[in-house]
Amino acid sequence: MLSLLGRDPRLLWWLPTAIAILFSWPLLSYAGEVKVAVASNFMQPMKEIATQFERDTRHSVVLAFGSSGKFYAQINHGAPFDVLLSADQAKPSALSASGLAVADSQFTYALGAIVLWSATPKDGADLLADLKAGQFNKLAFANPKLAPYGAAALEVLQHLSLQAATQPKWVQGENIAQTYQFVRTGNADLGFVARAQLAPEDLAFAWSVPKSFYGPIRQDAVLLQRGAANPAASELMRYLRSDAVKAILKKYGYDADA
Amino acid sequence: MPFSEADIGAIWLTLRLATTVTLILLLLGTPLAWWLARTSSWLKGPIAALVALPLVLPPTVLGFYLLLVMGPSGPVGQMTEALGLGLLPFTFWGLVVASVFYSLPFVVQPIQNAMEAIGDRPLEVAATLGAGPWDRFFSVVLPLAKPGFVTAAVLGFAHTVGEFGVVLMIGGNIPDETRVVSVQMYDHVEALEYTQAHYLAGAMVIFSFVVLLSLYGFQRHSRIGLIAGRSGRAR
Repeated sequence: MLSLLGRDPRLLWWLPTAIAILFSWPLLSYAGEVKVAVASNFMQPMKEIATQFERDTRHSVVLAFGSSGKFYAQINHGAPFDVLLSADQAKPSALSASGLAVADSQFTYALGAIVLWSATPKDGADLLADLKAGQFNKLAFANPKLAPYGAAALEVLQHLSLQAATQPKWVQGENIAQTYQFVRTGNADLGFVARAQLAPEDLAFAWSVPKSFYGPIRQDAVLLQRGAANPAASELMRYLRSDAVKAILKKYGYDADA
Repeated sequence: MPFSEADIGAIWLTLRLATTVTLILLLLGTPLAWWLARTSSWLKGPIAALVALPLVLPPTVLGFYLLLVMGPSGPVGQMTEALGLGLLPFTFWGLVVASVFYSLPFVVQPIQNAMEAIGDRPLEVAATLGAGPWDRFFSVVLPLAKPGFVTAAVLGFAHTVGEFGVVLMIGGNIPDETRVVSVQMYDHVEALEYTQAHYLAGAMVIFSFVVLLSLYGFQRHSRIGLIAGRSGRAR
């Protein structure tokens, strides 16, 4: 083989060039791909974040939306995700504890807020008065066992000493999207929904629950073991803390972690 | 004790729901199936299509539209409110109504098939022997169509026990009112309580297997009896 190359000078000239092209090709045009499992409530902002990230870094992002609990089960059984954006802190922590996520990579990418809302336009103060007076057919909030937004709603009711009085009228959605549907369709007069779910015109008629009434709703991100060696994944984790993302969070009704 | 109080509440509720729905479906489905089996009206096609329609939509989508239709601005919601019944979503009877609608094809179609299989001959014979329409229905059609009824009852019951998407959308997860076993299992899985979920799923599978096994065993016997009776008559 070597003697063959030696006999043909043209091959000797082409070979280094071909090798150089072969090896520099990934550096020139290759950009990584990151697969992200995203809690459904963060769908809208994440789509925008992904678009900006792709533009800024040339990496490509594949987004999958679903419930954090299902993602947790899937990741436990080999689902091919690099990053998990959970709706809570429990699932990222559990994944770190079982060694499926990079332990020190976990951080709060967004803080949620809840509001009391009705499909019938009413001022926030009136909604609170209705809640206190029991002037409603049903009160909707997310299942506190499953959704941090539901746990926060329960804390608010406890803070207002209304837990026992309202309990017979509770209806619980499996997640905040379903809770929103209960209220939007008018089947529940009142509901605690995420501020991020309401359009500005709806927000004008909602009671913004004071932050002191409930513990912060922390949504945590974690780098999964599968993405540990993926530069695009680490870069996305950094990007999620950037000022560009903070602006998007604010636009969609979330707060950035201080 | 592998089951929590909430689990047991969900199990009883599910059995109550499935039994209620199956009885209502047999009462509603029998005349509907009879009409579909015997009619030559042009309405047969459209009505049969309507009955099969709940199979088309994904259950959560169906549930979402039921939420709209049974809600305060939906036609059914306005009707139930005008009748003083209140709104159906988030109530046991709301689940019953939704399940009847959702499981209708599973009950109507087996009964209809069994009735069509009888054909005209036994009814004509009964008529010549002086049996009136009601007598013919109760002493000829019902006994001959029994396997169809058994299949219909099994499918209606099983389908209601296994129902999830519709209940999830209109139930509101109220203990002893709308939190059925499928929703309770979903909650366990979502809350990462896998052991609890395994127990419930295991119990549901074993229970359903035993029920199905005994019913199909019964049906096999009755079918053998039916065939023997038929061939005897033919001779």
